[in-house]
Amino acid sequence: MFYINCPYCDEYRDEEEFAPKGQAHIARPAEPESCSDEEWGAYLFFRDNPRGVHHELWVHALGCRKFFNITRNSASYEIFETYRMGEQPQVTAQSLADKAKQSGAQAADGGWQTVGSRPENETLNKSSDTSDATSKEGTA
Amino acid sequence: MQRYSGFGLVKHALSHHANWQRQWRNPTPKKQYDVIIVGGGGHGLATAYYLAKNHGIKNVAVVEKGWLGGGNTARNTTIVRSNYLWDESARLYDHSLDLWKGLSQELNYNVMFSQRGVMNLGHNLQDMRDIQRRVHANRLNGIDSEVILADQIKEIVPIIDTSKRARYPILGASWQKTAGVARHDAVAWGYARAADALGVDILQNTEVTGFKIRDGQVYGIHTNRGDIESKTIGCVTAGNSGVVAGMAGLKLPLESHPLQALVSEPMKPILDTVVMSNHVHGYMSQSDKGDLVIGAGINGYLGYGQRGSYYTVEHTLQAIVEMFPTLSRVRMNRQWGGIVDTCADACPILSKTKVKGLFFNCGWGTGGFKATTGSGHVFAASLAKGEMHPLAAPFSIDRFNTGALVDEHGAAGVAH
Repeated sequence: MFYINCPYCDEYRDEEEFAPKGQAHIARPAEPESCSDEEWGAYLFFRDNPRGVHHELWVHALGCRKFFNITRNSASYEIFETYRMGEQPQVTAQSLADKAKQSGAQAADGGWQTVGSRPENETLNKSSDTSDATSKEGTA
Repeated sequence: MQRYSGFGLVKHALSHHANWQRQWRNPTPKKQYDVIIVGGGGHGLATAYYLAKNHGIKNVAVVEKGWLGGGNTARNTTIVRSNYLWDESARLYDHSLDLWKGLSQELNYNVMFSQRGVMNLGHNLQDMRDIQRRVHANRLNGIDSEVILADQIKEIVPIIDTSKRARYPILGASWQKTAGVARHDAVAWGYARAADALGVDILQNTEVTGFKIRDGQVYGIHTNRGDIESKTIGCVTAGNSGVVAGMAGLKLPLESHPLQALVSEPMKPILDTVVMSNHVHGYMSQSDKGDLVIGAGINGYLGYGQRGSYYTVEHTLQAIVEMFPTLSRVRMNRQWGGIVDTCADACPILSKTKVKGLFFNCGWGTGGFKATTGSGHVFAASLAKGEMHPLAAPFSIDRFNTGALVDEHGAAGVAH
């Protein structure tokens, strides 16, 4: 259950007043006519699905009815920030990782039941060449 | 494998049931396998079983980060049906239903498959038109499905409120008699025991942490118990598929959401079929133990927390009490969530990927349990041959770029 601070109402309200609308910051292709099938498919269907920090679009459906963004941890459900449309997030996966590094704290993984992609995975994968497999679909 | 039988039960009773054999071994990982299955849920174990049984590939490992069937296999509401609208999905789910029918005998394990019928209710004219369209499509595909009206529903389920006073009056339903329920964790255990007997290594508490990929060909996995090599790897990781795909540098058109279910206190037999309503959004059956098994909706936000929001449970129980007013004072016993991986078209992904040798079987979303048998069967055939089985071919990941979606959302009577 979330207790969400609507950045327009500037007030904490119950989750039931809000509706999630998926990933935030998806830009419509500037020239849809010249999109390849891959680009168009990526725009329509391929979404970030991280276990961790996620920027998402919500609407205050039973309040001011305005759209806004939330940065949230999809595993612990912690809300880091809410911000208005057109603004950029202050908290990102990168900024949190940097902060954890500085303080020397080891990020909790929430127990093995919720274990997923961990930072050490990247170093494990380094020995192998993943260049062929690297996803070309960019997200805005 | 020690076969189970009535005689065996009597024999073991004489020794106070102290000498039952373990159902599967707990092997140490070998360095190399012919096929590795990532994910030890129902679908993964079924895949391993059919690989060994039908294709003679017995040097197989099932790698599971937790315990067998600890994810969605043991968290669903156990409904098995095949009344899907489109030809592609109807074929796949009906193939599964065929395999369910003989499963207990095949595995020598009682999966308690009970064909008690499933009805999908219609509450307004448009619902009834959709139901008729789907029932006609089902019948053309050879699936037993019929339209029944309110008085027939009342005859099958006496506790349901079919009066005109109801806020959402029940006008009729689609009715699939051969559909039903099964004991979900027995399915995982049964497949595990049968696969183990054929030589499959089931590696629990073994978490995949990365893939070994060279020149676009996968050749192994990194795990917390060391590296394991194989040139064919099938990932059957449900809600975590996006995370696992990310380790191979792939992106899947999936979103992971929490889906909740709950059970009531046990009570005397009151419901001997499965009632689903898409319109008021609630579905229910009664387990052999006596508790009412109730499925709630998904939470619309991305979540890996295996828990959902309280109001989702509240809305579901409102729908249940709307349909069954007599249950208004029943207390709920337990509630839980699972992580479902949903596709835009509510159909699964059974597909090769850009990485050679790396296959994915995921995206079953809110209704994968019913397909455990068929999914394992066709995925095993695909892994064995290196080419997708004809029943699996329409569910390629390419459909999200070609546009050839199998649009079951809102068309299949899916209750989500």
